[in-house]
Amino acid sequence: MKKVLKRYRVFLGTLAFVGLLVLVNREVGLSALKTAGYTFKEMLLVIPPVFLILGLLDVWVPRELMVRYMGEGSGLKGIVLAIILGSAAAGPLYGAFPIASVFMKKGVKFTNILIFIGAWSTTKIPMFLFEVESLGARFAFTRLAVDIPGIIIIAWILSKLLSKSAVDEIYRRNEEMLAK
Amino acid sequence: MSTIVLYGVALGLFAFSFFKDKEKTKKALRKALAVMENIMPEFLVVILLVGILLAFMDPQLISSLIGVDSGMWGVFAALVVGSITLIPGFVAFPMASMLLQGGAGYMQIGAFVSSLMMVGVVTFPVEKRFFGTKFTILRNVLAFLFSIVVALAIGYVMGGAR
Repeated sequence: MKKVLKRYRVFLGTLAFVGLLVLVNREVGLSALKTAGYTFKEMLLVIPPVFLILGLLDVWVPRELMVRYMGEGSGLKGIVLAIILGSAAAGPLYGAFPIASVFMKKGVKFTNILIFIGAWSTTKIPMFLFEVESLGARFAFTRLAVDIPGIIIIAWILSKLLSKSAVDEIYRRNEEMLAK
Repeated sequence: MSTIVLYGVALGLFAFSFFKDKEKTKKALRKALAVMENIMPEFLVVILLVGILLAFMDPQLISSLIGVDSGMWGVFAALVVGSITLIPGFVAFPMASMLLQGGAGYMQIGAFVSSLMMVGVVTFPVEKRFFGTKFTILRNVLAFLFSIVVALAIGYVMGGAR
């Protein structure tokens, strides 16, 4: 019980803050609760399939396969695959982190993990079609043309900014999370 | 729409897995639940943060910040607003389109859309659980800076900030 309370202490603190908000300014507080409720519903829709995919990938995909296609020395093939997998994804960015977590456990190269996250965040195909519809093809294609090299450059810079030991620590952390 | 795709993929894989090997499928489910439970506290915090932020930043405030004649300050405001909010794409794009019609410049909208998708301030707790604090800060800072580049490119191609 104490352990549960400790894990949820930030949540409980934030909840208390929202409660306070309701008392101080009823309108703002209730609006916060309403949006939180809406977001909760949305996450409830997105989270189960993402974690189901995570579990299935972890159980079925052999490490050697991922290492061969996206691991160290996978070169351009790995980069292209990372972009395709990220772009084919559906759902908000927070859905990318659990999947990236399995990828790390399976030996995918760090820069390819970063490219995957970048692609998931901004070049998703379903979202792209929607963007064309709302903001026009010229807008959407310009953004895509800047984003693809941008994602790769960000991945490269990020991998240079983090030391080898910091990257190892990230891999270890994710392996632990999936160890059960 | 994207949720349907997500469920299609997840359920398709699940059915295939179940048909192939029930034991492995059970193991996958156990794992899915374990990781989900593990990360739940962070997700719940994110949900409340989104609520609190959007309570203070309603569409009127957003459009007044990045609306007509907001210029370079508008681009900056759009970057900040896009970074700290979490709005699903199917709400964000029509909203961006509305802002455009309301007189916002393409450059501001480019900044808003890009930072909205790439920078996640409220999802910080979740990202941190998987990648640690240093990574999360660096990735978000780089994505923020990159969104400036995107805004400039969009402004150049679409005819600048109004």
